[in-house]
Amino acid sequence: MKNAFKAPAWLLMVATFFVPMAIIGVYSFLTRGGYGGIERPFTMENYTRLFDPLYGVIFARSVSIAAVATVFCLLLGFPLALFIARSAHKNFWLTLVILPFWTSFLIRLYAWMFLLRDTGLINTLFHTNLPMLYNNGAVILGLVYGYLPFAVLPMYATLERLDNTLLEAAADLGATPLRGLFSVTIPLAMPGIRAAAILTFVPCIGTYLTSDLLGGSKTILIGNLVQNQFTTARDWPFGAAASLVLMGVALGLLFMAKRRGEELL
Amino acid sequence: MNAILELRAVSKHFPTHRAVDNLSLEIPRGAFFSLLGPSGCGKTTTLRMVAGFETPTSGEILLNGARIDHLPPYKRNVNTVFQNYALFPHLTVQGNVEFGKPKKSIQHVLEQVHLTGKESRRPHELSGGERQRVALARSLVMEPDVLLLDEPLSALDPLLRKEVRAELKELQRRVGVTFLFVTHDQEEALELSDQIAVMNRGVVEQIGTPQEIYQQPKTKFVASFLGAMNWIDGAGIRPECLRISSEGVRAVVVNSAFLGPFVHILAQLESGEQVRAQVAPDQAATPGETIFLSWNQRDEKRF
Repeated sequence: MKNAFKAPAWLLMVATFFVPMAIIGVYSFLTRGGYGGIERPFTMENYTRLFDPLYGVIFARSVSIAAVATVFCLLLGFPLALFIARSAHKNFWLTLVILPFWTSFLIRLYAWMFLLRDTGLINTLFHTNLPMLYNNGAVILGLVYGYLPFAVLPMYATLERLDNTLLEAAADLGATPLRGLFSVTIPLAMPGIRAAAILTFVPCIGTYLTSDLLGGSKTILIGNLVQNQFTTARDWPFGAAASLVLMGVALGLLFMAKRRGEELL
Repeated sequence: MNAILELRAVSKHFPTHRAVDNLSLEIPRGAFFSLLGPSGCGKTTTLRMVAGFETPTSGEILLNGARIDHLPPYKRNVNTVFQNYALFPHLTVQGNVEFGKPKKSIQHVLEQVHLTGKESRRPHELSGGERQRVALARSLVMEPDVLLLDEPLSALDPLLRKEVRAELKELQRRVGVTFLFVTHDQEEALELSDQIAVMNRGVVEQIGTPQEIYQQPKTKFVASFLGAMNWIDGAGIRPECLRISSEGVRAVVVNSAFLGPFVHILAQLESGEQVRAQVAPDQAATPGETIFLSWNQRDEKRF
């Protein structure tokens, strides 16, 4: 009986997760077709190609840009989450945090292009000629902007549950508000901070839209590489292999973070 | 002036009500001083104003003769044992006790509260009694001028509570720190305190030793809040002051309970009111029996 209730969930998992993953897995060992698609024979070549230093640079760049964006999301998101958790108007501020989702991310990125480009609003307004678009900085800015809510919400959830008498106890024992923050609030908010880091790092490492629109020709990330293989390059097997390796790298980094995190607690 | 802590006309008004109204107290150095009253009487708010978690609307708070009411909690030499103890869950016993004084040896204070050997435990691995002792140790290591205790026994189970009560009094004598103790339990206050301030609706009704408060209550509230009180013709008489005799007020026994050293009798007066008497076992009466109750004039409390 119990298993019968689980059946729809299993069906959904099989249809939307296991089957697509298996298809990608099989594709990654096949040869590209002449006009896209796939052909036999089975080969390991798609994976060996990824060892080319050219792709190593792309992987490293993706990881470091995602890491920097995650750090900024945490640094900006934590004070905001703390502010909302202690505010008397929590729902108002939370609505503002979620509000951008009501507009397409694509449109919001175009808005940033409009602001940042050489003849954009900022350069026009300040009569400057700063090269703000098409570089790594612009990509990081776009990622931080896009994924900040994903950092704020889990941190808010733990901070909102934090027992305020613990901070009173810290103050009672002579701790200044700053020491209370670092020795009580932040350690107790670690589960939320870790969840925030994962929820921003994972989508950032696989991003292609942000780097495509805000990044320059030199800012190619793994996401763009994968996208290219499935569109213009028409090399589906190589794209599949790259996306699987990306997943492996992300999972490996998360596993490392989790292990370290558990020791922290 | 021997008062270590003094409250002068302190008030705390919230938008909806007056939690504390024009309260004045002097707490002698080294005393076990209790604030006793029902929930919502303002005793916890008073304690929180001394600790610095609430700012008085008006009035002054003086510690060792110096105003502290404008200081943040971390600059006041008073420490609090919270009702739920508020131990830091991410720190060990040692981490909790060292929190306020990281460089000081904590062995002495751990010995005082019998926690030696439990330094590396986390709060969730401790019993309720042990947690309470960690909270005490964490505060005592700060060497406060006054230790503030907010119903520290209410989180313990009733059996443990009586045991811990005796320990607490003993500890206070040994360390010699002034205790400001908040409780709604009159028995607790009577047993532990050198002095009690009985509070009701934000004001102090009476301050005195346990004997004074119990035997010479100044208001009807104090008389009824501490111990049982019968009201006969407007006079208050404690159950233990009533006797069964050959003449006096006529009453019919409703219930009689033998409790070993004494018998509890519930009787109904002719006016319809019920009274309780605590009498010697040889004076026992059976339900339905008509008895006469008498008492000494000097045991009557009139307000």
